[in-house]
Amino acid sequence: MLRRKKKYSADCRLTKRPIQRWFPLFVLPTFLCFCIGFLWPFIQGIYLSFCKFNILTDAQYVGTENYAKALKDPGFINAFWNTASFAVVSIILINVVAFFIAYALTQKMKGSNLFRTVFFMPNLIGGVVLGYIWSLIFDGILKAYSTYLTANQTYGFWGLVILVAWQQIGYMMIIYIAGLQAVPGDMLEAAHIDGATKGQTLRRVILPNVMPSITICTFLTLTNSFKLFDQNLALTGGLPQIIDKVAMAKINTTELLALNIYSTYNINKNFHGVAQAKAVIFFILVAVLALTQQWATRRKEVEQ
Amino acid sequence: MKNRIKKRSVGSTLLTCFFAALSLLWLFPVFSVLINSFKTNAAINLDAFALPNGESFAGFSNYLKGFTFGNYPFLKSVAYSTLITVASVGLILLCCAMTAWYIARVADKFSKFFYYLCLFSMIVPFQMVMFTLSFTAHKLSLNTPYTIPVIYVGFGAGLAIFMFVGFVKGIPKGIEEAAVIDGCGPVRVFFHVVLPMLKPSLISVGILEVMWVWNDYLLPYLVLDRTKYMTIPIHVQYLKGSYGTVDMGATMAVIMLSIIPIIVVYMFCQKHIIKGVAAGAVKG
Repeated sequence: MLRRKKKYSADCRLTKRPIQRWFPLFVLPTFLCFCIGFLWPFIQGIYLSFCKFNILTDAQYVGTENYAKALKDPGFINAFWNTASFAVVSIILINVVAFFIAYALTQKMKGSNLFRTVFFMPNLIGGVVLGYIWSLIFDGILKAYSTYLTANQTYGFWGLVILVAWQQIGYMMIIYIAGLQAVPGDMLEAAHIDGATKGQTLRRVILPNVMPSITICTFLTLTNSFKLFDQNLALTGGLPQIIDKVAMAKINTTELLALNIYSTYNINKNFHGVAQAKAVIFFILVAVLALTQQWATRRKEVEQ
Repeated sequence: MKNRIKKRSVGSTLLTCFFAALSLLWLFPVFSVLINSFKTNAAINLDAFALPNGESFAGFSNYLKGFTFGNYPFLKSVAYSTLITVASVGLILLCCAMTAWYIARVADKFSKFFYYLCLFSMIVPFQMVMFTLSFTAHKLSLNTPYTIPVIYVGFGAGLAIFMFVGFVKGIPKGIEEAAVIDGCGPVRVFFHVVLPMLKPSLISVGILEVMWVWNDYLLPYLVLDRTKYMTIPIHVQYLKGSYGTVDMGATMAVIMLSIIPIIVVYMFCQKHIIKGVAAGAVKG
């Protein structure tokens, strides 16, 4: 007990205190940037969601009016359902395909490094550029049926799914490959000796061991699909637009939440507060989903 | 026995063939942009997938047009993108590695508070802060490519600090203590002992940050003074988005020009990039 205490104090004198004296160099610049780039805008954002404002100086407190308007906006509701269904479809599609590609590429196969390189490549291209590349392709294909990408909501939705799958499968594949390579070899050998079939080994040995990778990948695909903006903007920009006759409002049918917030802000200055309120709702939604997902899948991981 | 080996090799050849076909399919979108960048506008509109022939072949005219298309030289956008990426990622790596080391080693109340704030910032979507951030940036005149790295450090600090703290905790303390006993001050300990040991993690965090900053569209779009400064994603969006009649050929050329440097860099460092992504994800 005594020894432990002594060691602690020595440790403190040796390393902790002298480092603390350099606080202005080590922490202060980062913390100031963090305040400018995140903390202050975040706090101000929450405050402004309760205000009517054009620029910052003319903000007037209006209570929860912005939130009421945001939740009544059919465009926002539509964007919510779009995002939810997009997230479900892309999480399943991306993770299943990425896992099986990773599984196949970790078996002994010729050229698997080359395939890895090719599948990962789309990740390096920015969302805006990707959107335009794919709009060329979809329009080219749909021309054969004398229609175009922004003619129909269904085309836009599935177009976005294909684009994002093409982009993210490679990324998730890399994570799954890392997970699969970390499965202990003696476990696989034991399963083989005990006469397990390939399917049994996959289900009972490999899957429980790559659970951490599955957690990461579902988390990443979930948050990525909720935060998706660039691809949505460049591929369809929310088009086609329809007019909701009941609410007398325009709805951009292929808009996801992030793009809806952005385009609400750009309608005119009366909508700045509403857009900010939507952003707060969006933040709460993303935070709750991310935390729930983490909590739910972490429980299933193998204790290591 | 012999039969079994043969069977397996047939299966593996089939698998290789399947993946070779899939890879070609994967490359098809980029390939079709490439062929279209050499075609005339009329030919692109007629059939986007036809190979250029004598009539529809436009040579390098699309590329020549692409450099000046939209009244803003494309190379200027490339220069600004490069400047912003290099400065921002450099600053993020330096500042966040220093802060993470401080947080991991000092672990006082403020460090813990800052660390939890960083974790929190990771789940906040950019839309939450984008309007107020652009106000703040304009007010503090951070709206130029020379000052925007401050904002990137601020918004990117969360993830970088989180990852660096994880890496620093994996470094044995004894080495640093030995350096202190030998008479090193904290600054020298950090730069001469800790930083070299952090090199693999600097590479993986650096790669993730480069991929983010280089391709980021909305943050520079909202923060920068767009009449003077554009980055590559803003430039591409500007060409396609704000023109009534779009010059498809020149746009395809610009898209190709923006992809080529990425592919060149990827060919040279693909091992590092793939390793970096895997390492980063395991920590996250």
